[in-house]
Amino acid sequence: MSPTVKLLQGNEACVEGALAAGLKFFAGYPITPSTEIAEHLAERLPRVGGRFIQMEDEIASMAAVVGASLTGAKAMTATSGPGFSLKQENLGFATFTEVPCVVVNVMRGGPSTGLPTSPAQSDVMQARWGTHGDHPIIAIYPSSVPETYELTIKAFNFAEKYRTPVILLMDEVIGHMRERIELPDEPPIPIIDRAKPTVPKSEYLPFDESQGDVPPLANFGEGYRFHITGLTHDQRGFPTSAPDKTAVLLDRLHNKIYNSLDDILLWETIDMEDAEIGIFAYGATARSATRAVRLAREQGVKAGLIRPITIWPFPDQLIAQYAKQLKALVVAEMNLGQLVNEVERAAQGQVPIKRVLQANGELILPETILQAALEVK
Amino acid sequence: MLAEKYLRDAMMPHIWCPGCGHGIIMQAVIKAIDKAGLDQDKTVIVSGIGCSSRASGYMNFDTLHTTHGRALAFATGVKMANPELNVIVLTGDGDALAIGGNHFIHACRRNIDITTIIFNNSIYGMTSGQYSPMTPHGHLATTAPHGNMDRNFDVCELAKAAGATYVARSTAYHAAGMADLIGKALANKGFSVVEAISQCPTYYGRRNKQGSAIDMLNWQKEHAVNVAAAARLKPEQLEGKFVIGELHSSSAPEFTEQYDQLVARLQGRE
Ligand SMILES: Cc1ncc(C[n+]2csc(CCOP(=O)(O)OP(=O)(O)O)c2C)c(N)n1
Ligand code: SF4
Repeated sequence: MSPTVKLLQGNEACVEGALAAGLKFFAGYPITPSTEIAEHLAERLPRVGGRFIQMEDEIASMAAVVGASLTGAKAMTATSGPGFSLKQENLGFATFTEVPCVVVNVMRGGPSTGLPTSPAQSDVMQARWGTHGDHPIIAIYPSSVPETYELTIKAFNFAEKYRTPVILLMDEVIGHMRERIELPDEPPIPIIDRAKPTVPKSEYLPFDESQGDVPPLANFGEGYRFHITGLTHDQRGFPTSAPDKTAVLLDRLHNKIYNSLDDILLWETIDMEDAEIGIFAYGATARSATRAVRLAREQGVKAGLIRPITIWPFPDQLIAQYAKQLKALVVAEMNLGQLVNEVERAAQGQVPIKRVLQANGELILPETILQAALEVK
Repeated sequence: MLAEKYLRDAMMPHIWCPGCGHGIIMQAVIKAIDKAGLDQDKTVIVSGIGCSSRASGYMNFDTLHTTHGRALAFATGVKMANPELNVIVLTGDGDALAIGGNHFIHACRRNIDITTIIFNNSIYGMTSGQYSPMTPHGHLATTAPHGNMDRNFDVCELAKAAGATYVARSTAYHAAGMADLIGKALANKGFSVVEAISQCPTYYGRRNKQGSAIDMLNWQKEHAVNVAAAARLKPEQLEGKFVIGELHSSSAPEFTEQYDQLVARLQGRE
């Protein structure tokens, strides 16, 4: 059958992607500009045998998502800045207990209540370090409505494959903008489900590193009788403060992500083959940057776009590789300097970096980026 | 032996101080589960953070030791995603009623089929004796060295007002009666609360000069009045006492059942 063509908001595309991935549980609390995700799932989930609940706050929503996922359900929550702050403790719990789930943050301007209906890329560092303690995280970032659909599916796939929470960061404009999207009858990419234990129930160890960096996760209610705690734990999931066991756990937690960068890191480049001026931008800003690349090329300036899709882990290699080739690198983001510091770190002084930073609630215009590119050419 | 069947040997020794009431309450929970014949593989124990919340780890079920105050929110996710499971929450007075107070009233309001046991020792035990929402007015705590200015909750009244459909209170001294009340709570199809009065001789008892664990258990015995007996007493005769037994039982639509009906209706299976 041919795909259904629709005109959808990014928030709606996220819902479609989540359902295509097999979402069975959503808990949330209303907050602009993410609310449409909850509203559409309240309508849709019971129709597919899933469960929707509006919890009393974002702390509870994040908690309920983890609880639901432990029964085997693919689970998600969606929020914006203030709510993302509230989710942090239980998000950390999910990273440490290795419970798959997807957390959508449709960003608004901050700090505090900030600009509820304006775009900003203000939470990219919070996505990395918002919860306390050493932990890895995967965060992916679409720049169009169709890509939101696809990346929501990928977010679930990563969550299930690596037994980890995955953050889907969206710009307010992507969440609310309508774009043409083709929705296929079948998911466009294979759907991944978490690995299940193969050992006898009495021998099951939920954090057994001998099973690889991602030990299988049993479901509650199937007789494995296992323990999950946010305390540092051993293979059995029981609390420990032994330095060797602590190290084994933290190492594996990091290894499972950092040893799989080939799979996890997604990006797009445009016109980078012969580029002398690189423009690094992500999300909605990458659309302005793409236009700036065109305009620069029209003026004979060899510009190109580097668009990370996975922003955490940060694509160090990608930056290091182009840093050698480029005369200058323009970094554009809707904040006062967040990922640009990562770019500088990864570039290791190999290329001059020009910052185009804006946090006034307005999109960065292509002309602004173009001007910066012309200045450094 | 109940211990062999329901406790995790590998988790022993437990962290509780000699004389702590929490072990008695955990035992009452286990007895009630056994008597109710709950399927051990279909029962999930969820707890928060505190001395009391460590109980989940000692029990041989699927167990979830969560973050401080949030046990009910995690448990709500477990129960909603798989309503077949029996979900029991073990929580402290600080865990349930201070940091977790909001989740508590909303779980009551939803009448979701979860049984919650509040281990009430009137103090924050795990963090060495700060006052909790259940520390009586005027009593001492490390953060109330001049006497507690706050007033404490009556958690049973709170639960009832918020919509819980089964509410009971008991004490570590009345352990056998407590197990019966927990049994009734488990049987209730809806949100059930059992306030289990515990003793923390280490911090609350010592600072408030309440004597040994035995003295504290005796205090429970002397100050508890059974609900039937209380009905025959005048208010002034109940001064300084507290009522134990089944305090409230009602029926209301249960949350996950309603959701299941919605799913069935939307999927045309009704
Ligand atoms: C977010 C957060 N805040 C504070 C703490 C510290 N903390 C741990 S247990 C506890 C109080 C526990 O008291 P209660 O629930 O009454 O249980 P008890 O130890 O008395 O059994 C506190 C404040 C924490 N772990 N997490
Ligand atoms: S500190 Fe108090 S509550 Fe904690 S284990 Fe010791 S006696 Fe029990």
